[in-house]
Amino acid sequence: MNTVLELRNVSKHFGQHRAVDDVSLTVERGAFYALLGPSGCGKTTTLRLVAGFEEATSGDVVLSGERINHLKPYERTVSTVFQSYALFPHMTARANVEFGLRRKRVPEAEIRKRVTDVFSLVQLSSKADSLPQQLSGGEKQRVALARSLVLEPTLLLLDEPLSALDPNLRKQVRGELKALQRRTGVTFIFVTHDQEEALSMSDTIALMHKGKLEQVGTPQELYLQPKSRFVAGFLGAVNWLGAVGVRPEATRITKSTPGANARPAVVQASTFLGSAVHVEAKLASGETVVSEVSRLDGTYVAGDNVHVWWHPADELRPGS
Amino acid sequence: MRRWFLAPTASMLAVLFFAPMLIIVAYSLLARGVYGGVTDDWTLESYRRLLDPLYGAILLRTLTLSTVATVLCLVLGFPLALFISRSGSRKNVYLQLVMIPFWTSFLVRTYAWMFLLRDTGLINSALLALGVISEPLPLLYNNGAVLVGLVYSFLPFVVLPLFATLERLDKSLLEAAADLGARPWEAVLRVVVPLCAPAFRAGAVLTFIPCLGAYLTPDLLGGGKTVMAGNLIQNQFTTARDWPFGSAVSLVLMAVVMVLLIVSMRSQREDLL
Amino acid sequence: MKRLLPLYAVAAFAFLHLPLLVLAVFSVNSSRFTVWQGFSLRWYEAALADAQLAQAAWNSLLIALAATVISTAIGTICAYGLWKGRSPVVSGSLYTTLVTPEIVMGVALLAFFQWAFRFLHVQLGMHTVVLAHVMFSVAYVVIVVMARLRTVDPALEEAALDLGGTEWDAFRLVTLPQLWPAVASAGLLAFTISFDDYVITSMVAGVDSETLPMVIYAMARRGANPVVNAISTMIVVGLGVLIVVSERLRTS
Repeated sequence: MNTVLELRNVSKHFGQHRAVDDVSLTVERGAFYALLGPSGCGKTTTLRLVAGFEEATSGDVVLSGERINHLKPYERTVSTVFQSYALFPHMTARANVEFGLRRKRVPEAEIRKRVTDVFSLVQLSSKADSLPQQLSGGEKQRVALARSLVLEPTLLLLDEPLSALDPNLRKQVRGELKALQRRTGVTFIFVTHDQEEALSMSDTIALMHKGKLEQVGTPQELYLQPKSRFVAGFLGAVNWLGAVGVRPEATRITKSTPGANARPAVVQASTFLGSAVHVEAKLASGETVVSEVSRLDGTYVAGDNVHVWWHPADELRPGS
Repeated sequence: MRRWFLAPTASMLAVLFFAPMLIIVAYSLLARGVYGGVTDDWTLESYRRLLDPLYGAILLRTLTLSTVATVLCLVLGFPLALFISRSGSRKNVYLQLVMIPFWTSFLVRTYAWMFLLRDTGLINSALLALGVISEPLPLLYNNGAVLVGLVYSFLPFVVLPLFATLERLDKSLLEAAADLGARPWEAVLRVVVPLCAPAFRAGAVLTFIPCLGAYLTPDLLGGGKTVMAGNLIQNQFTTARDWPFGSAVSLVLMAVVMVLLIVSMRSQREDLL
Repeated sequence: MKRLLPLYAVAAFAFLHLPLLVLAVFSVNSSRFTVWQGFSLRWYEAALADAQLAQAAWNSLLIALAATVISTAIGTICAYGLWKGRSPVVSGSLYTTLVTPEIVMGVALLAFFQWAFRFLHVQLGMHTVVLAHVMFSVAYVVIVVMARLRTVDPALEEAALDLGGTEWDAFRLVTLPQLWPAVASAGLLAFTISFDDYVITSMVAGVDSETLPMVIYAMARRGANPVVNAISTMIVVGLGVLIVVSERLRTS
């Protein structure tokens, strides 16, 4: 059985407010699955429905073929890593990790072994007897991961795993999380509002908006073949020319004689961003197009007459 | 699930707070029994007696003493709160110095003023010994003594909310005032005090309400005469054996307290907006 | 003004503290008059030897312990319940008990007990005092414990559930261990309030359940008696220590 989780027409209403509106999706075993969307889109509520902290108003939450709607959190083989990590402050890291095993009445010897193993898995063996206050943000996250993974859950849920970390730390942790997931083979579902995170880490992205699923697919599918203007705009910048869109990095600018497809334009402004340059050019047809070009491809100044062009294959046509 | 947690407290409140209050309401509408207690006759006699000018004087004195005590607390408490808010690392020590005596023993603290103000008390003994006076001053057993006792008892209630507001005040406002030519006392008067208005209101309510219901302070320091409403109520339930009337006075006092609270909560909400 | 404010503060602190300090000083005065005549502990000896005071102190202790245990237990549970889900009715009622004048509370409880005793064949006594003390202490316990609960991350209990614990496990293994300093602080506060209460106690105490405040009140009314100074100082110091410890626990 390759499907670990299936949501069938799941809805969650809070009074009049439809936090999750008729959402259906499947998560394959071993996937790194992202629930992406702006704040208030329902992604966190969806996660809590799977974890068991909320009960669906309608629809089925199916885990490994079994409907789990009415199961309490402690009756599910799903484990959650909270945004604040939620480490028990009065217990050492080790005691935190042992907590779930003790609730299951696992024998002492096995507890010791499994805890030692998971600490070396997350590379935190030296800090096992520290209190949460003595740990850094990244270390706390590793304890939270260890605490959940030691229970060998069917599904691991992560709520905004990178948002509490220092920005410089995030890239490194992204890689570590991916590696951890590969090593353990556990299915990860994580919630984020950051499209860069979702694009770089996940196998599948489910983009949500106002409680509904906008699009599900691989990062490439969502980025290059968005099904709606919302999806296109959420995953990156887009220049819209009527019903057709072009991403800034897909455009080229040239001062010399153009080929086919080139449109004449006048440079309005040029912003230096370090490795890239954003050039704003106004087309003869009136629209302004933002181009992202490497700084090595020339300098452009307001007033320059240029041509803007792109491959038709790079056009986005959502809705068609 | 959480109802189990609230049930013990809820039942305790029902039995030991609401039921007694209901009994008092009922008693206020019954007739007085010959040997104390109540009979089964319903009557508004107790409330009619409240309109007697004799009791009007007591209610008026209660309101006056409470108002003066509250104003004094606010005026005397503000500079103290200001001082504490400016004392840097020692803030908490000073706050504890204000609050801890308050929590020890109300009875003892009230008695302490008896000890100071009596004819044979410390103040009179000292003044006599120094030859300033030849006969003891009647410092105790009057409205003045009650006032001193009330202010002494409830001053901390004013200091806390004022301190909380003063601490959160933007220091740069005072700097701006100085920059614009205001002297320190002007800055305090024209900038700090107005900004503390909500805290003054909160402190006033926190002081006025206990003053209205004061019993021990006027009893010990006012000399056992019926000084304030609280004394009147106690008197009716013991010596005078007029429980219906005592109940009526109690309910009127409760009504005044509740009205004040509702009004103050409304205006607090406006402050927050 | 820079110089006036500290001077004023000194005067204000003097006003707040001198009365008690004066009591303490004269409690060790060898003369029974308000004239200093040398250091003596005779009034303390007299206080400790007084049988009536001893019995009253013992009563006060028993009542305070019973009332503290009960009010701390139900108050802590109530605060936990309120933390999990608001109840304006319970919160509002607790708040009302705080603002109700003590004398009104006292007469209401007296009237209630007298009415109830028509059916129950019981009299006023230690038990009625304990009940009354529980009533006015619970609100304070709820406030102190609630304040600490607000600093607890609700995600912690969710994590406990997520890892396989039941709701009861979450309370006793995760929340309660973080709570106990506040519970202890609330308990000490409840004890102090109960030990010192005069107004309500005097209304609902029976003939043989005299408390220490009731005895002190009677002595104070009768006139100058230096033994009152001694017993008062002991109470203030004793309760003061409890309050300081309570504060330390509350802010730990």
